[in-house]
Amino acid sequence: MGLKLENVTYTYETGTAMQVTALEGVSAEIPDDRFIGLIGHTGSGKSTLVQMLNGLLKPSSGHIYYNGEDIHGEGFDKKKLRSKVGLVFQYPEHQLFEETVLADVMFGPRNLGLTEEECRKRAVEALRHVGMEERFFEQSPFDLSGGQKRRAAIAGVLAMRPEILILDEPTAGLDPRGRDEILGLITDMKRQLHMTILLVSHSMDDVARYADRIMVMRRGKLVYNDVPLEIFKHSAELEEMGLSAPQITYIMEYLQARGLQVRADLLTVEEAAAEILKHRGELHV
Amino acid sequence: MIKIKKLIHDYLRRDEEGNVQETVRAVDGVDMTVKPGEFIVILGHNGCGKSTLAKHLNALLNPTEGEVWVDGMNTADESKIWDIRQRAGMVFQNPDNQIIAQVVEEDVGFGPENMGVEPAEIWERVEESLKSLNMYEFRKKSPNRLSGGQKQRVCIAGVIAMHPKCIIMDEPTAMLDPSGRKEVIRAARGLNHVEGITVILITHYMEEAIYADRIFVMDQGKVVMSGSPHEVFGRVEELQSLKLDVPQVTLLAHELRKKGLGIRPDILTKEELAEALLGAAGSGH
Repeated sequence: MGLKLENVTYTYETGTAMQVTALEGVSAEIPDDRFIGLIGHTGSGKSTLVQMLNGLLKPSSGHIYYNGEDIHGEGFDKKKLRSKVGLVFQYPEHQLFEETVLADVMFGPRNLGLTEEECRKRAVEALRHVGMEERFFEQSPFDLSGGQKRRAAIAGVLAMRPEILILDEPTAGLDPRGRDEILGLITDMKRQLHMTILLVSHSMDDVARYADRIMVMRRGKLVYNDVPLEIFKHSAELEEMGLSAPQITYIMEYLQARGLQVRADLLTVEEAAAEILKHRGELHV
Repeated sequence: MIKIKKLIHDYLRRDEEGNVQETVRAVDGVDMTVKPGEFIVILGHNGCGKSTLAKHLNALLNPTEGEVWVDGMNTADESKIWDIRQRAGMVFQNPDNQIIAQVVEEDVGFGPENMGVEPAEIWERVEESLKSLNMYEFRKKSPNRLSGGQKQRVCIAGVIAMHPKCIIMDEPTAMLDPSGRKEVIRAARGLNHVEGITVILITHYMEEAIYADRIFVMDQGKVVMSGSPHEVFGRVEELQSLKLDVPQVTLLAHELRKKGLGIRPDILTKEELAEALLGAAGSGH
């Protein structure tokens, strides 16, 4: 069933001179077992939206439904919602605090009131899913490298066994190798655990590669919600929003402008090369 | 401007009694010469030694072995430390850790004030450096109200106000969104072109490297590749084996070459690709 937003609006500091409308009339569905990219310029309302989805913020107006139930309705169990909709914040490694990696990951399950044994089982499983080797389990999380810390932090959310995992810029500040590792990891987790992933990102190139649907936010409004190929047809509009289409789109559009009749709605280097080679006769090489 | 001779830097890890437990060699025999007015990019993964190298350039660290000369001064000479730091300014990754004042212009004036510059001249320098970074209109604002890219430009203005000959930027864009990244890189290129300031930019974003005069690629404390952007990016497979990103247009050209098209291996821009594929015929559009 998943999550559903119905005409959600949110204002910060309502009724003061500083009032800001962070979300305006957002309606969307986030069905089960999807990989969704959420893109927008800084200040477009992405983080506000994400905090709505697990009940950290309450809409000023509008409704949010989880499996058909209004999450701010009477008698709705928010604690359960937070275990089912896991949120990994930006720079999640800043939230590590326990003495050992294992204890840190067990913190979430412990709060669910599970037995010690069950907590440990879930933590070990989550750490395996993020590719953390056993020799690190008893180490202090503060002795880990940056990339490992981030994995440990993601494991902490994963150990709650969420059905929907929201990651707010999980690759921020990582180098290309760290970025590829984290994105690869998220894809593997999705494949094995069949949960819905909502990936908040600035990078169209990353989202283009992994997401099967993309939501684009601008000034608090959801302006696009479609499959990647349709989104990237709007490269000029994306540019105007301070975003960009994948690099390949620009390359192919430029070749078109220079008179080579290639398609531009492609996502990978391999597809682009194959497309150019179809026009081999027109090339001067 | 800068001369590095066989630089080695070891970090020592000590146990509780202060005995050396482990030695980690972060920089391992680096030679590098930077001429005045050059735009240098240093690429490499986290942990490759590039930040350690950067800290040697303004005497935040001292060599374990080898020598570092900045504008004719040896960084090991303690009496020259303040001259070196004024000559070679440094900008770090997180702007929030570098801004100290409540008002933009005060923050920019902090450096020259510390150097003992006369108040009238401080204000002149503040005005001039904020103007050169297009931040003059924000001079009375609180840094808290600025975007990441704007904050980072304030940090750069603060360095410029000390009238350095060289700026070392250690991943200045890692925490910024795409538009903030563009602002900062544009500012760095402007300072280099217009003011003739030597720029050493440490990054892992390849699109920031294509404008460099020379690129150094570091891995495990050593310089493993160096040359012009065309020379370095022409070696696609080597870069990939280091798990570094290569611009998509270079990858596309590489893919086309593998499929038998006789085009140059060192294509860096879509314009170069169009010219290689379409020759002069395409340029009429």
